[in-house]
Amino acid sequence: MSDQHTQTQISSAEVHEVFADLHTRYGVRGLEEKRADQAFVRTDRDEAVAVLTHLRDRHGYTHLAFLTAVDQIEEGRFELLYMLHNYELRHDLGVIVEIPREGDGCSMDTIHRMWPAAATYQRELREMFGIDFPGSPRLHEDFALEGWHDLPPMRKEFDTREYSERTYYARPGRTKTDTRQHMKDTIYPSEAETW
Amino acid sequence: MVNTDTRSDRPARRGTPIPGTSSARGVPNLATRSQEHINDNPLMPPIVDGKAVFDLDSGKYLKLWQGPQHPGITGNMSLELVVCGDEIVECKTHVGYLHRGFEKLMERRSYIQCFPIVCRIAVPEPDFNEYLFAATVEEIQGIEVPERAQWIRTLNLEMARLASFFMWMGGMAGAFGLGTQGQWTVTMRDYILDRFEELTGGRIYHMYMIPGGVRGDFPEGFTDRLRETIDTCEKTLQDVERTLFNNAVFKKRAKGLGVIHPDIVDQFGIVGPNARAAGFARDVRKDHPYLVYDQLDFEVVTHTDSDAYARAWVRLQEMYQSMDLIRQILDRMPAEGPFFTKLPNVLHWNVKPGHIYKKAECTRGEYGYYLNSDGSDKPRRIYVRGPSYTHAVSLMEHLSIGCNIADTAGLMVSLHTYPPEVER
Amino acid sequence: MATADTQTRRYQEPGAPGNAAVVNPDPRTVTGPAGGTGQGDVQTVDGQLRILTEELKLANADLRSEDRGNFCDHPPEVIKPFRAFWENFLNWARSESLWILGFGTGCGAIELRPLMTSRFDMYQYGIQGRPTPRQSSVFVIGGYASVKTMKRIVRSYEQMQGPKFVLGLGSCTINGGMYWDSYNTVNRLDHYIPVDVYIAGCMPRPEALLAGFVKLKEMIKRGECEGANRYAENFEWYKANQKRIIKNWDMPDYNW
Repeated sequence: MSDQHTQTQISSAEVHEVFADLHTRYGVRGLEEKRADQAFVRTDRDEAVAVLTHLRDRHGYTHLAFLTAVDQIEEGRFELLYMLHNYELRHDLGVIVEIPREGDGCSMDTIHRMWPAAATYQRELREMFGIDFPGSPRLHEDFALEGWHDLPPMRKEFDTREYSERTYYARPGRTKTDTRQHMKDTIYPSEAETW
Repeated sequence: MVNTDTRSDRPARRGTPIPGTSSARGVPNLATRSQEHINDNPLMPPIVDGKAVFDLDSGKYLKLWQGPQHPGITGNMSLELVVCGDEIVECKTHVGYLHRGFEKLMERRSYIQCFPIVCRIAVPEPDFNEYLFAATVEEIQGIEVPERAQWIRTLNLEMARLASFFMWMGGMAGAFGLGTQGQWTVTMRDYILDRFEELTGGRIYHMYMIPGGVRGDFPEGFTDRLRETIDTCEKTLQDVERTLFNNAVFKKRAKGLGVIHPDIVDQFGIVGPNARAAGFARDVRKDHPYLVYDQLDFEVVTHTDSDAYARAWVRLQEMYQSMDLIRQILDRMPAEGPFFTKLPNVLHWNVKPGHIYKKAECTRGEYGYYLNSDGSDKPRRIYVRGPSYTHAVSLMEHLSIGCNIADTAGLMVSLHTYPPEVER
Repeated sequence: MATADTQTRRYQEPGAPGNAAVVNPDPRTVTGPAGGTGQGDVQTVDGQLRILTEELKLANADLRSEDRGNFCDHPPEVIKPFRAFWENFLNWARSESLWILGFGTGCGAIELRPLMTSRFDMYQYGIQGRPTPRQSSVFVIGGYASVKTMKRIVRSYEQMQGPKFVLGLGSCTINGGMYWDSYNTVNRLDHYIPVDVYIAGCMPRPEALLAGFVKLKEMIKRGECEGANRYAENFEWYKANQKRIIKNWDMPDYNW
């Protein structure tokens, strides 16, 4: 129940209108309507800041809820996600931008002039994923980590367990059982056949 | 950012640094950098790249660290202050002291293993993490939660809100040197934690809202005891209101402190009571009703002064509102019914591919979870959007300029920031 | 109290053949990378981690040379106990006024608030909070220590004046707890600072904290809480462990 009750004021037609406008102007594609009050679109890296500016100034998506990245290591790219919110229409719009994972291409234009708070997100992304945002203030200062010399930790190829075992001293005596096997053998042996 | 302190006998030294002194200590040597940007007023600090730069060698400014080992800071974070006299001219926040890498840890845990660690993300108010994690998984997987479980979840969230606000109220009073209210409110919070303990088995971390519903039903006689607790809390809160909000010290120091101009609310992504005290009637519970909030009666509390006092007042009203909501929930919720829907075997549970963002209104504002699933048994990415992320870092840096050192603690508490949700 | 063999300083000469700079305080419990041989990742100068110079002074190798004169170069010393009666009396006095350092290093700090209020009321046990390390005798490590906090913990701990005691709060101080595989939290707190009492649980209840304090008091009265002396004896081992994780060590080797 309830979660579908949303009294949204935006209709699907309006979302499509916004999308059509963005599509004609900037070639925005891939509209995914998740709920009545939430949708995602995809755009190119070169157009992204223009799209965000247009959304903020023309369509009322004034609130940057967050900016984050998803590591799609298999396809060799990061997906940057700008989650915008429109308080008038009560609508969330996620703008997804794909950038390459490696090399010089792993950078993105800064948006801290549009939202000063975005500088913090960009600092975190630089530290955790190694994404460069040229011009963003205090970009190369430590954010959450201090004196970090390894790979950016949120990248998929960084193995946190291996790093922990290599760096910190594990207390002897910690045993690890395979959860599935343990439940099958010890806790619910009678139900094991039904799995 | 502009410093017009003319009381100092010494004008800011400019243009004639002793060679080597500034740069040797790691302070940029201003004379050699961007000469054209140095402004002409000798009483003003030079401006480089649009920002004032304070020459610590001039003897006019002092660098002062507030935190992490400091009683006047909310949790484990620190402020690097540059002060001129007792006025702050520059502030840099430093976070990361509580960074545990939750988002990374969740990527190598199965969904059910993520469930016990998500609540650790925001310590004083863990329930919103549990709810949002459960809700994102449910939505992406298409799990229907029984009606009674929804009511219990709403009740749980409102109790968490009340407990968190009680903790905050004590901190707010303490930041201005008023100890008594802190003694009362922390004890009231303890009474609510007692009810939590009955309901969930845990005082701080409850691990109660599992994907599919909640872990257990009410114990016997729980509703009556909860009503009693709420009555006690309301009585004490009235005492707090009388003694704190009419207190001369509190009024004198909180009024006009840390004014958030309505224009910067969207720029800085300010949400929750901080935005409501600036006159914006924004509340996720109203705008995007989740759980059973559309069946409850409440109004969004707003204020227009937008200073520390107004924010405290908004939170006080929301505490009364939260008590009212708890009573409404107890009156209206179905007496019987299942509280849990049967899940597939969670050890072999592959969540459907897709991505979704869910948000809820916690005490600080919009709290959100973004879940990206690639169809395996582990999440590809979970992002936690905590409202303190902007409040504690960029907004704090913005608001503390021109503030008195002694008021920094009060300003910081009035923004209601929890460091663990900043760095996660 | 300190026994005869612990009163002798166990510093090993740097550069002596076969001598590891890392002194293992308790070879029975420490295995793996913590052992005397596992210094592969330790930052070393000429194959030796330079904590002490040949005159047994602090090297302060990570400070800039012009800053070194500003800091003390004397390593901590083992404090010998007074004669029997006086030491017992002092231990009683120490145990009855435990002042906690007000540094909430982790989520455990949230259960210290109820302790300070009327319901659990730690003041009745002679325990109260202090804002500065100089006045405190108990350091409650409130849970997991991230590397960034670890640096501040070391610094605050060393600034505390003796007698000083450490309480490890929560399972994550014992073996990493839930964050055992995290890249940013230490697994065993006792490899970085000496710990007197651990309180297990996540989150331990206020009653558990009080029980921990009572246990600490008993141990102090029996003269068993010699953490500061352990720290002084095995100073190089602790320092090597600390420097292994704290990469930007821009502070003196011992913070007086």
